[in-house]
Amino acid sequence: MPGPIVLLRRRVPAPVWLLLPAALVLVPLFGYPMYQLGLLSVLDFGQPQASGGVPATLAGLANYTQLLGDRQFWDVLLQTLVFAGGCVLATLAVGGALAVLLTRAGRRSRLFLMFAALGAWAAPAMTGSTVWMFLLDTNSGLVNEILGTTGHNWMYDKWPAFVIVGAVVVWHSFPFVMITLYAGIQAIPVSVLEAAKLDGASAFATARLVLLPMLRPLLVIVVIQSVIWDFKVFTQIYVMTTGGGIAGQNLVLNVYAYQQAFASSDYSLGAAIGVLMTLILLAVTALYIRALRRSGEEL
Amino acid sequence: MKPNRLANSLVVAAGLVTVFPLYWMVLSALKPDGELTSADPRPWTWAPTLDNFRDALGVSGFGRYFLNSLLVAVVVVLLSAGVAFLAAVALTRFRFRFRTTVLVMFLVAQMVPIEALTIPLFFLVRDLGTVAPGLGLSSLGSLMLVNLAFSLPFAIWMLRGFVAAVPESLEEAARLDGASRFTVLWRIVFPLVAPGLAATSVFSFITSWNDFVFAKTLILDTDHQTLPAALLVFFKPDENDWGGIMAASTLMTLPVLLFFVLVQRHLVSGLGGAVKD
Repeated sequence: MPGPIVLLRRRVPAPVWLLLPAALVLVPLFGYPMYQLGLLSVLDFGQPQASGGVPATLAGLANYTQLLGDRQFWDVLLQTLVFAGGCVLATLAVGGALAVLLTRAGRRSRLFLMFAALGAWAAPAMTGSTVWMFLLDTNSGLVNEILGTTGHNWMYDKWPAFVIVGAVVVWHSFPFVMITLYAGIQAIPVSVLEAAKLDGASAFATARLVLLPMLRPLLVIVVIQSVIWDFKVFTQIYVMTTGGGIAGQNLVLNVYAYQQAFASSDYSLGAAIGVLMTLILLAVTALYIRALRRSGEEL
Repeated sequence: MKPNRLANSLVVAAGLVTVFPLYWMVLSALKPDGELTSADPRPWTWAPTLDNFRDALGVSGFGRYFLNSLLVAVVVVLLSAGVAFLAAVALTRFRFRFRTTVLVMFLVAQMVPIEALTIPLFFLVRDLGTVAPGLGLSSLGSLMLVNLAFSLPFAIWMLRGFVAAVPESLEEAARLDGASRFTVLWRIVFPLVAPGLAATSVFSFITSWNDFVFAKTLILDTDHQTLPAALLVFFKPDENDWGGIMAASTLMTLPVLLFFVLVQRHLVSGLGGAVKD
């Protein structure tokens, strides 16, 4: 449809001017560091090079081969996948179940959970971590007080520590899933549900054959958004396990890359981990974009 | 549908579990020191006191960190609102080559693990500091720049929907009446997008306010630290001052909570529309 907007375009390339400020910020502060991250990962860049005394030399793929040949990298990769996967599943289970329950609850209980969830959602990752650390503190924590296990350190063993950090991540992230899915369910026309009822469908059949297919695009978005968030968890792990746990037993890729760079001063190895992580996330993003397209959202 | 008793109690129980850590945080911040470490923790206190807040703000210098955080966040919000508004107009009102590419890049930018990007950013900011000390390491300026860059992609992405919702006929009418393009943007589109801009700004505020990794990496002195990274300083190997930590955590959570309640209606806007009809 040839409207006035088309005429505007022909005269001046306005989008260029409008996008210029964004480009001025994003190219040097986002694009350039991305390029530098890739560059660092193929250099030999440690503390001597960072201080400026020694010129950086090209290392080729040495950082990557070192990484792929390192037992710890595979351990960290595996536990990142298990940790993120567990968080995603738990977040979806809790968020999804509560979204359904919300539709069955009275108005006041619904508002109560909504506002409680809003609080957990809003709480900064940092304060969420400190509060839960206090609750689980070895000597003065409420949990130990109630269980009568004063002196027990919950973060001492690898998997209990992961489960606790995971619980905090779920506490932070289930509200998004719950509120989004609840809004989605509410957006389904009542007439559809009534039609299913008239046709004699049971509650279970209605959920499986009517609700689920209609919510599918939303579910895909929620799943992938959760995958991306939980794969990138940093603050909770870094703070609650003080930098990755005893002997690095609670490291995830993100914290591992950061520690390699800033604690061990092996900047190029940290960058290589960052590049691998970015590649994994890009693959997930590609799925996300496809899902967005399918759900009919116009880019 | 009639409320279901079981669903009702489950929802209330879930709400209690969810809100409890926040309640405990505020309660512990208000408890006097003796009660906090007593062997018999009670979920209430008869002697609420602001001592912990006074200590955190005065003795531990949290007032300063609070102001630093606020200053960074406010600058980020103002700049990001302006820049994102212009970019969102470009991406919704014009069809041009590479438009989809630009959009996909904004989406991809939200997925990048920013913790890994702090490695090159650390060196970038360090080198920038030799030219412009106000933007180098340990400066609030560096945090403003970096947080601006990392809040923009989402702000632009979110604002697109709000700009698209403004009827184009309004702009056309103004153009026909002889208004310049700038006037149309400033006098017509901007006021209509303002509510959306407010919602978007809340997210920019939160990104910057909650930022832990940039502050921890780029700020090397205590004077210019912001809240999240400064909170880490409270932790002592043997005996933590939990009252102080909880008071500081409360101070840090309150502004975000307030903003969230203000924009809660917009939190899922656009997503709910993804349900198929």
